[in-house]
Amino acid sequence: MNCTRTEKKLVAYLDGKLHAGERREFEAHLASCSLCGERAEGFRAMWDVLEELPPIMPSPGFDSLVRARVQQEASRGGFWSWILPSPRMAFAAAALLIASIWLSSFQPGRVSTPGQMVAVQTSEADFGAIKNLPVLEDYDVVTSFDALSELPVQQQSAEPQSLNRM
Amino acid sequence: MARSDVQLMLDVKFGDDSSFELLLRKYRIPVVNFLYRMVRDSATAEDLAQEVFLRVYRARGEYLPSAKFTTWMFRIATNLALNSLRDGRYRHQEISIDHSFGAADGENEPPALEVPDRQPSIELELIRRDRAERIRRAVESLPEKQRAAVLLHKYQEMDYDEIAGVLGCSESALKSLLFRAYETLRVELAPLVETAAQVQAQAGRPGR
Repeated sequence: MNCTRTEKKLVAYLDGKLHAGERREFEAHLASCSLCGERAEGFRAMWDVLEELPPIMPSPGFDSLVRARVQQEASRGGFWSWILPSPRMAFAAAALLIASIWLSSFQPGRVSTPGQMVAVQTSEADFGAIKNLPVLEDYDVVTSFDALSELPVQQQSAEPQSLNRM
Repeated sequence: MARSDVQLMLDVKFGDDSSFELLLRKYRIPVVNFLYRMVRDSATAEDLAQEVFLRVYRARGEYLPSAKFTTWMFRIATNLALNSLRDGRYRHQEISIDHSFGAADGENEPPALEVPDRQPSIELELIRRDRAERIRRAVESLPEKQRAAVLLHKYQEMDYDEIAGVLGCSESALKSLLFRAYETLRVELAPLVETAAQVQAQAGRPGR
């Protein structure tokens, strides 16, 4: 083993992660190479010094801030997050909804083709024309209409009069 | 029997928020420490740590136990830290040695607290603070990826495959990264190594 290979395996050696054969080979090199031997000892001692760095404690309000943000997130999701626990399910549900709306547009009776649209517009125009026929507003035409004279004259019934006398 | 992190996260996925509380209690200190060493500012570290836990909670519906929970969580933390450093959104606040000794003015003290493990003498406490400050500066002076690798390896004690998963590199590349980082630290911290024995001896004496 040369020094370059030692560099790649030094951390694993100090962690005790080398296999037995590799470890023996590595230790043989450390015994014969003072430079690598000193470096290995230097790493080990430096790791002990790193242990002196004290841990940081979160500030007293940290947990409550996290809880508040999580609760806000949970309430924002609310009912839908319970129904749809993942964005994938939400996407699938939305895609299904859009597809069903699209498919429903092909049902019979629904106006969607251009031909059907023209038919509707034509019938609406006919209705407007009939509604605004000037002949129906021409009183002279109506009064001189012969067919009206042939209608039977309505007779007054006697029954209401008898009721009045009583 | 204690539930694994993966089981806790699966329970969160199916609506058990109390399991999320357990994960928060377990990982709040590791995540805050990691982010503090990465971004070098306690307020920013706490903001980012909140964001880490929020993102973990948000992703509960999609969580799949394909990787270790810690790998997944620290990948989120690492990405947030690297992004915040690159965006430069957060001002780098260097805390001087003098400042940490200025106990009289409490208003500029960082909110995070470094906790001594016992009540030493004043002299020893000063030496310890000085050493901790020099270690902190040495670690924080490493390039970002080397720093993340050292923090995850030395302070989070994660395996190589986990760290490689967090950093998105091969195990071989990670070992080279760690070697370069530790070689830099070995040189930087050599004076502290030489005096470590003296500090140990002083710490053995009873405090005043």
